[in-house]
Amino acid sequence: MSDTGSETEEATEHTALMDGHIAEARPDRVIAERIAKKRKTKPDNQRSYGSVDGVTGGASGSGSGSVPNAAPPPPPAEPQLEELELKYGARHVIKLFVPVTLCMLVVVATISSINFYSVKDVYLAYTPFHEESPYAVTKVWNALANSLILLSVIALMTVLLIVLYKKRCYKIIHGWLILSSLMLLFLFSYLYIEEALRAYNIPMDYITLIFGMWNFGVVGMIVIHWKGPLRLQQAYLIFIAALMALVFIKYLPEWTTWAVLAVISIWDLIAVLTPKGPLRILVETAQERNEPIFPALIYSSTVMYCLAATTTGGAEGGAEPRPVAAGAAGAPGEPRARELRPLNPHGSRENEANEAAGAGGDAAGFDSAWRARAQQQRRLRVDTVERAEPPRYTTRIDRPNTAHAAPQPGADDEEKGVKLGLGDFIFYSVLVGKASSYGDWNTTLACFVAILIGLCLTLLLLAILKKALPALPISITFGLIFYFATRCVVKPFADALAAEQVFI
Amino acid sequence: MTLAEFFSCSLLAFGAPLVMFAFTVANDPVRIIIMIAAAFGWLLSFLLSSLVWYAVVPLRSYLAFGMVFAIIFQEIFRYGMYVLLRKTEAGLKEISENHNIGSNKLEMAYVSGLGFGTMSGAFALINVLADSVGPGTLGLHTGTEYFFVTSAAMTLCMILLNTFWSVIFFSGFDDKNYVKVGWVIVSHFFVSGLSLLNSKELYAATILPSYIVLAITAYIAFRTAGGSARSLMQSIATRS
Repeated sequence: MSDTGSETEEATEHTALMDGHIAEARPDRVIAERIAKKRKTKPDNQRSYGSVDGVTGGASGSGSGSVPNAAPPPPPAEPQLEELELKYGARHVIKLFVPVTLCMLVVVATISSINFYSVKDVYLAYTPFHEESPYAVTKVWNALANSLILLSVIALMTVLLIVLYKKRCYKIIHGWLILSSLMLLFLFSYLYIEEALRAYNIPMDYITLIFGMWNFGVVGMIVIHWKGPLRLQQAYLIFIAALMALVFIKYLPEWTTWAVLAVISIWDLIAVLTPKGPLRILVETAQERNEPIFPALIYSSTVMYCLAATTTGGAEGGAEPRPVAAGAAGAPGEPRARELRPLNPHGSRENEANEAAGAGGDAAGFDSAWRARAQQQRRLRVDTVERAEPPRYTTRIDRPNTAHAAPQPGADDEEKGVKLGLGDFIFYSVLVGKASSYGDWNTTLACFVAILIGLCLTLLLLAILKKALPALPISITFGLIFYFATRCVVKPFADALAAEQVFI
Repeated sequence: MTLAEFFSCSLLAFGAPLVMFAFTVANDPVRIIIMIAAAFGWLLSFLLSSLVWYAVVPLRSYLAFGMVFAIIFQEIFRYGMYVLLRKTEAGLKEISENHNIGSNKLEMAYVSGLGFGTMSGAFALINVLADSVGPGTLGLHTGTEYFFVTSAAMTLCMILLNTFWSVIFFSGFDDKNYVKVGWVIVSHFFVSGLSLLNSKELYAATILPSYIVLAITAYIAFRTAGGSARSLMQSIATRS
C-alpha cells in the first residue's frame, strides 16, 4: 500500500489487460512483476517474480490444454509452474474445508436441536407462493416462481450495487454493509439465542442477556469492520453465514429452497463467467480502482485487515489490488499465497430476502414482525456482502511481504490468502442444513462430502484455469444430486442394511 | 443409559478410526483430500449399488442380492481409486508440501482405504447411533439388546478391514500379485455374507469369524507394507 505510485501504474496496466480477459490470473502476475521491478529495493524479488511469471505463463498455456483431463495436477511436464501453482493448493483447500465444515456444523447442530428453524410458519415476502397446494404440479410452479422472483431481486440488487460502485458511492455501500451486519449481529443473534434458550429450557434474565448481546455485537462490529484478531473475525463471519443460512432454511418454503439453490448456482455461473456478467463487471471495476473488497463479505484465511485498511470503498476491487500490493511487497524467499476468491452474487438475493422478510413481518404481527426485522437485517447484510463480492474466484499470488507492509501483524506470513465469499458459505450450509432437517444423517453426510468434493474440484479448476470461477455450481450440483439420490434410492437400501445388520 | 450406550457404541465403532485419522492423516492436507475423495468414491459406489437394488423391484426384499452388487461396485471403485491415485501421484507430490508423500507407495493406499472404510462405517451406523440416543431402547419387548453393540463392533471391523483391504489391493496391483487381490475380494464376500446371519441374531457366528478374518487381513497388510516382527518390536520399543 505504501507505494501508491507503483500501484496506480499497476492498476492501469491491469485494466488494460483486463479489457481482454479480466479474470485471468496472468495480469495479476504481470502486474506483480512490474511492481517488483519498480520496487528495486529487493532485487531478489524481481528475479523470483520473473521466474514465476515465466512459469505461470507456461502453466496457463499448458493448463488450459490439460483442463479437460480434470485429473489433478498435471504431471511433471510443466514442472516448476505447476509446483508453484499447486504447492499451496492442498493447504488452501484444507483452510477452506475447515471453515465450511464449521459453518455447516453450526447449522446442522442448530437444525437438529432447535425445532424453531425447521418449522414452517412465516415466509419471506419474496416468496409469495407458499406451496400449500396438495398437487405436485402446483408446488413445482410455486417453487419455480418463488425462486425466479428471488433471483430477479438478487439480480436487481447486484445491478444496484454495481451502479453504486461505479458512481463511487462508497459511503452508501459501507453504510449498507454496516447496517446489515449490525442487524445480523444484534437482532438475528438475539433471535437465535432466544430460541436456543427456549429449546434447552434455560431461564435467563434480560439484564444478563442484554449485557451479553451488547458485548457480542459490538465486538463483532469492531472485528468485522475495523480490526481484531484474525481468528475472531473468522469466527464471526462463520457465525453470520450460519445465521443467514438458518434464516433461509426457516423462511423459504420447502421446495423453493431447492429451486433457489439450483437457480442461484446457475446465476453464479452466469454472473461470473459471461463477459457482461454483473459480478465480472464489479470485479473489473474494483481491479481498475485497485481497491480491496469489503471485509464483511469475504471469508479469508489470511488477514483481512490489510484490505480493510486500504479499502474504504469497493469490496470487489479491493481483492485484486491487494494481491498486487502484496506482490510488490513480497519477499523472494517466501512462498506466494494464492487467493481463491469466489465472489458471490448472492448478496442481492439476500437483500431481496430481507425486504421480503420485512414485508412478511408486517403482515404477521408481533413475533413475525420481530423475525421479519431480523430477517431484514440479515438480508441487508447479506446483500451488502453479496454485492461487495462478485461471485468470482480469483487466483492471486500474494507475497507475504504484503502482510508486513500492511499494518497487520505477522500472522499473515504463515497464512496465504484463500478467500471464499460468505454467500458460498451460506448456500452450502443451506443445502446441508436443509438435508439434515429431514432427520436422516446419511443424507446429511452424503451432501457434506459431495459439497467438499465439489469445492475441491472448483479449487482444482481454479488452479488449472487461473481465472475467476463461481464456487457454487459444482458443489451445489453435487449436493443436489446426492441429496435427491440419497433420499429416494440410497436411504431405503441403507435403512434395510442397517435394520438387518448386513454390512457391505 | 441411552446416552451412555450412544457414546460407548460410537467410540467403539469410530474411536480407532478417529485416532488413526488424527495421528496419520490430519496433519497432511493432501492426505485429507485423498481421504475425502475416497469417501466420495465409496459414496458413488453405494449410490450405484442402491440404484441396482432399487431398480430390481422383485429382489428388493433379498438383501443378499443388493449386497453382492454393493461389494462388486465397491471393489470396482477401489480399483478406480487405485488408478486415480497412481495417475495423479506426481501431481499430488507437487501440491503437497511434504515431498516424501510418495516415498511409501502404500501410504496413499492406507489413506484412501481409511476414507473408504470410514464412509462405509458411517453409512452403516450413523442412523443407528442417532436412534440409540433414545428415547426408545432396544430389547425390552422384542429384539435383542445387543443390537447396538454388535452393530458397532461390526462397523469397526468393516472400517479396519476396508483400510487393510485397500493396502493389500493396491500392492496386489502394483506387484501384479493377483492372489492378494483375490484375497481381498473373497474375504469381502465372506465377511459380508457372514453378516447376513446377523438378522438371525447369531452374533457369535458372525463377529468371531469376522474378527479372525480381520486379524488375518491385518497381518497380510502389515507384511505387505514391509513390516516384520522385528520392526514392530522396534517401533514399540522406541516409543516407550
